[in-house]
Amino acid sequence: MIKAILIFNNHGKPRLIRFYQYFAEDMQQQIIRETFHLVSKRDDNVCNFLEGGSLIGGSDYKLIYRHYATLYFVFCVDSSESELGILDLIQVFVETLDKCFENVCELDLIFHMDKVHYILQEVVMGGMVLETNMNEITTQVDVQNRMEKSEGGLSAAPARAVSAVKNMNLPEIPRNINIGDINIKVPSLSPF
Amino acid sequence: MALKIVKGSIDRMFDKNLQDLVRGIRNHKEDEAKYISTCIDEIKQELKQDNIAVKANAVCKLTYLQMLGYDVSWAAFNIVEVMSSSKFTYKRIGYLAASQCFHESTDVIMLTTNQIRKDLSSPNQYDTGVALTGLSCFVTPDLARDLANDIMTLMSHTKPYIRKKAVLIMYKVFLKYPESLRPAFPRLKEKLEDPDPGVQSAAVNVICELARRNPKNYLSLAPLFFKLMTSSTNNWVLIKIIKLFGALTPLEPRLGKKLIEPLTNLIHSTSAMSLLYECVNTVIAVLISLSSGMPNHSASIQLCVQKLRILIEDSDQNLKYLGLLAMSKILKTHPKSVQSHKDLILQCLDDKDESIRLRALDLLYGMVSKKNLMEIVKKLMLHVDKAEGTTYRDELLTKIIDICSQSNYQYITNFEWYISILVELTRLEGTRHGHLIASQMLDVAIRVKAIRGFAVAQMATLLDNAHLLTGNMQRMGICEVLYAAAWICGEFSEHLENPMQTLEAMLRPKVATLPGHIQAVYVQNAAKLFATVLKSQEGNTDSTAAQETSQLMIDRLPLFVQSANLEVQERASCILQLVKYIQKLQQKDVEVAEEVSALFAGELNPVAPKAQKKVPVPEGLDLDSWINEPPSESESEDEQPKAIFAKEEPKHSRPRREEVDEKELAKRREARKQEQANNPFYIKASPSSQKVYQEAPGVEHIPVVQIDLSVPLKVPGLPMSDQYVKLEEERRQKERAEKKKKEKKKRKEKRSGRGKKHDSGPESEEDITPAHQVDIVTEEMPENALPSDDDDKDPNDPHKALDIDLDKPLADSEKLPVRSHRAAEAPKSPTEDGDATSQEPKKKSSKEKREKKKDKDRDRKSKEEKKKKKHKHEEKGEDLLGGEAEEPVVQSEETNEVAAPPTSTSAEVSDLDFWLSNAPVPSNTQETATVAAAEAAPMPEATSGIAPDSEPDEPKDTEMEETKSSKHKKKKQKKEKEEKEKKKKKKHHHHHHHSDGGGEEAVQNGTVEEEEPLPPMSNYCLLAENSYVKMMMEDADEVYDIQGNLQDGSQVVVSVIFENKCDSFLKSMEFNVLDSLNSKLQRPEGSGPHDGLTVPFQLPPGVSNEARFVFTVQSIIMPQKLKGTLTFIVKNEDSSTHEKLDFKLHFTCTSYLITTPCYSDAFAKLLESGDLKCSSVRLEGVNMPFHHLLARICFHHHFSVVERIDSCASMYSRSIQGHHVCLLVKVSAQTVSIDAKCDEPTLLGNVLDEIKQTFSQC
Repeated sequence: MIKAILIFNNHGKPRLIRFYQYFAEDMQQQIIRETFHLVSKRDDNVCNFLEGGSLIGGSDYKLIYRHYATLYFVFCVDSSESELGILDLIQVFVETLDKCFENVCELDLIFHMDKVHYILQEVVMGGMVLETNMNEITTQVDVQNRMEKSEGGLSAAPARAVSAVKNMNLPEIPRNINIGDINIKVPSLSPF
Repeated sequence: MALKIVKGSIDRMFDKNLQDLVRGIRNHKEDEAKYISTCIDEIKQELKQDNIAVKANAVCKLTYLQMLGYDVSWAAFNIVEVMSSSKFTYKRIGYLAASQCFHESTDVIMLTTNQIRKDLSSPNQYDTGVALTGLSCFVTPDLARDLANDIMTLMSHTKPYIRKKAVLIMYKVFLKYPESLRPAFPRLKEKLEDPDPGVQSAAVNVICELARRNPKNYLSLAPLFFKLMTSSTNNWVLIKIIKLFGALTPLEPRLGKKLIEPLTNLIHSTSAMSLLYECVNTVIAVLISLSSGMPNHSASIQLCVQKLRILIEDSDQNLKYLGLLAMSKILKTHPKSVQSHKDLILQCLDDKDESIRLRALDLLYGMVSKKNLMEIVKKLMLHVDKAEGTTYRDELLTKIIDICSQSNYQYITNFEWYISILVELTRLEGTRHGHLIASQMLDVAIRVKAIRGFAVAQMATLLDNAHLLTGNMQRMGICEVLYAAAWICGEFSEHLENPMQTLEAMLRPKVATLPGHIQAVYVQNAAKLFATVLKSQEGNTDSTAAQETSQLMIDRLPLFVQSANLEVQERASCILQLVKYIQKLQQKDVEVAEEVSALFAGELNPVAPKAQKKVPVPEGLDLDSWINEPPSESESEDEQPKAIFAKEEPKHSRPRREEVDEKELAKRREARKQEQANNPFYIKASPSSQKVYQEAPGVEHIPVVQIDLSVPLKVPGLPMSDQYVKLEEERRQKERAEKKKKEKKKRKEKRSGRGKKHDSGPESEEDITPAHQVDIVTEEMPENALPSDDDDKDPNDPHKALDIDLDKPLADSEKLPVRSHRAAEAPKSPTEDGDATSQEPKKKSSKEKREKKKDKDRDRKSKEEKKKKKHKHEEKGEDLLGGEAEEPVVQSEETNEVAAPPTSTSAEVSDLDFWLSNAPVPSNTQETATVAAAEAAPMPEATSGIAPDSEPDEPKDTEMEETKSSKHKKKKQKKEKEEKEKKKKKKHHHHHHHSDGGGEEAVQNGTVEEEEPLPPMSNYCLLAENSYVKMMMEDADEVYDIQGNLQDGSQVVVSVIFENKCDSFLKSMEFNVLDSLNSKLQRPEGSGPHDGLTVPFQLPPGVSNEARFVFTVQSIIMPQKLKGTLTFIVKNEDSSTHEKLDFKLHFTCTSYLITTPCYSDAFAKLLESGDLKCSSVRLEGVNMPFHHLLARICFHHHFSVVERIDSCASMYSRSIQGHHVCLLVKVSAQTVSIDAKCDEPTLLGNVLDEIKQTFSQC
């Protein structure tokens, strides 16, 4: 069983956390901090297995992690998982992310945490490995994303347009505009 | 209206979405918390809107905030709203949020049941998928129960995408709702052969998880998994299966044998390291499981070790790590094959990777020998010096201590060296393991008497240099060793060279900065030292020296009297007063040393840590029984007098006491306040008592010397352990030289000596003898401590509930709850639930073949008929008994039901046996033993029906005895089983395992039996006694059974169950037996040969209890009858009467036999030995299946089947005095011939007669 999947960056900022066993929020943060503390002080050329995380699991559990550029991918697993298998799984997961985001970087994870979750959900479910075939994973993710798009349809169009505007690094604009005025000023954005 | 919609949609465009939130947080790095709190306010607003899109957006943002550590459970209801949106986009957001923050105690979860059910049956597979994924994270027992059926249907969904998710989630459902496991399992099993590899992999995954926790229930799947293993190419599946086999092999050695070949092939062929590694791991598991039976697997071990060496030598650190990990598993069973790679492992100690160093350390533990211990520890000490980072260094420290202290200091040849190592370890800065070192010091000093002198000297130096250990706050952890040092110096002060100096060291003012518990030890041991010093000084002529010592104590102790620590203060003031008194005496020139040292006379022996736990419960003491039966509401009439009595008491005393208490309390409080106000020593509401204590005069003006600790410490005067290494080397060389001389002389003698000592280690090591004869004091244990080392399993383990037999066919009642409104379901009572789970594990334990089922069914029918007969008979016979006779019948039917399930064990087990039997079977005996144990099961029921049925016209006397004797046997069997369980010592594991099932049955039948002997017994009394007895019969039941005591060859323990069936209270029971020449009741010392034994309990109405009586038996070759009487007092509301009941104890010869497993080879040897006398018996007209016959002999006469070939079987048993009894049972047509051999012909004759009698009864 996989007990938790944590992704955080070189500074310990969480980018995705997924616990398959309930922990309260403060405990989760504590686990992230502890794990970061354990993982970050290790060189890149040492082994990828770590024992001794005291907060999660206990002696039966191991941290298996990989470090990619600025991100740590940490899986906390018990003895029923094969260590090398999980390492492969992390690789599969990261490659899938790379495919779905096209040259994934930390920013993708920062701004699209939800999407990363959806991808992860196709790899691991409830702490058990669901799928290891990358093509199968991407196919399912793509189908679901297409569904989302088609559902969004017309009503989602304006939102997308606005978010396109927002993404042009003009974060302050919407806040300064009086909403009452917008009705008049940007009618073209609305299809209604 | 339209405008409103437009406005809403426009508004929405400018709501922050997730990206905006993230961007905002990134832009507000300096006041992130404030920014987020405004965002949360916004989100709260958004959640209030009706627009589901807005809500979904808000929930999405909350999911992000949850990751940052914000509690978002307040939005749980909104999350549920978003989950129930019809749009996939929103639904997905909702389920994601739910999976991140819902848990079992989230109360809105119960609102989701119907929504989830709807989603599960949605035509859109992704709706279903999202719901399954979400559910897998927050499934609760209620959800699991309500949705199990829906999920089970999904396991056969057309889309593999759904199938694999449904299969995976079943594991979670099983965990939360264990009752679903059996109904769902067949379908889960089907999925192992699903055409889709993903589904197959999921099924393997789930079953592996299940099997890992309760492997024995999944043994029957081994052939299927084996097929998968040889056919699958998916490495994921292979890894899982191979891991599963690793868990199964310990249970079934034959499986291991079958596995070795394909696994070795895989090892040779695969290129995937992960698979290779798991294969090696499982081969290791197989080898471990086989190591007992088959010693010769050196080729496989070599292959594993060789492959692991390749892994360890690999440059990939991961492989290195795993190689070491697997190596440590081999180490446990095949240490020699690992030891040859010592070089490699020592090399790993230098690895830069901490994980690898830790693994290597683990391995070292098993690699030390007397020869290399010093060398290895020396190396570790070097590492200790080098290690930066306290965790690894602490790990090293504990490992050094572990390695040295393992198996009772087995490998230490020179304790002086070890003490100096410990002393060197005290120089570690900032270690947390001061207490560990301290306890080692104490342990060695206490248990190795020869080392005390040396240890005391070392400890004295430590105390002298205590400032080095305590100077720095960082070093506080290590000051624990001063605790040990002070105690050792005090306790063994006779070894001190200069006790005065040490005494002074212990009374330095600086000591007051140590933690309280250490100070306390200082004070106490200063007193011990004081006693020693006095003794030596009084011997001298100069009396002033002694007085000076006392003065020193009087000067220094007040410092401790002021301590804030209670313990220190108390001890110090006590000792101070004592010393003052001593001084007074000294001034009068009185010799006090003798008396003072008498205070500390006597030696403290170490007590084993588990000693308390192992104190056996005295015979007759039942810790679970009530001392006073709690008043039951149903029997209000009888209880009334008691209740009134009970109520009256508190009326008199309690309220009054309360009043007193309150007044008193107030008074006392007032007095205390007064006292406190006047007491100068009372610290008034000081925030920190420590502070006050430091302000105390005397401490302030002590100059605190700061010691620069940047330079590695070398405690002056402390010998380096290296010195001892050298000394030891020299000593060994000398010894070797001497030995060589001797050896030339006595070579022959030596060789024989060696053979005996073989287990002490590799041969070469025996040449190394300990430096001084080490007398290791063993830890004290209570007398007749129980040897059992019961491992305490976690009772809260959720997997315990999943320990369910899966091979049993489904009963009608076992169905998953089908879709229905929850309110309609009858709520299960907790007791029902409890029963269901508690019975289940019982059922599964015995292993039987399906073929037995029919026979058993037949048996059961006939039994039931018999029971009916019996019932009628009893109703006719005695009105009085009618009511009671009901009970046994009901009970035995219950047992039937309980016993029935195991009989119907599915074909899989036999399939498994068949499948496994293709492989060479390691020992047939185990298998037959299994069968025998299984066969024993149906028998008791048969007799339970028969016994009361047997010839009512017979003289009452014999009837009673017959029932008794059959009962003896059964109860005896039960007892034996229990005792075996307790003993667990050297009994063969397999036999033990198999016997469990039978044992349980026997227990249950025991309870049935207990009630049955009553009628004949009471009848008998009625005849023999006067009018009192009529009452007696209702009053009391007495049931007993006889069991050979396994521990003592001449003792037989008789357990008697006393049952009070009347409405009155029974007390003052006395049990007495007329001794015969051969058998005597063991009475407590001081009582005469005719005195009765008091039964150590009283019996309230309806209660039964058991007492045991020990008989000494001289000869066991003849059956015995002993007459006895039970006297007791019947207490009613208004009167009490003295009553008695006569009985006869019947010791049959078979009751002296103990079921002992025997293996065919040993059996053959026994027969060949020619010490045994032969005898035979022929039984005509026995009409029963052969295995029934065997089971009957096994059960009634305590034999075990050694081997069975067709209609011929050999059986074995042993008497409590060690007589071997061997039987060869042959059956042809209806004739059974039993050829028997035993080393005691009389015993054999009697046993055969009894066997004959057993079969003549049926």
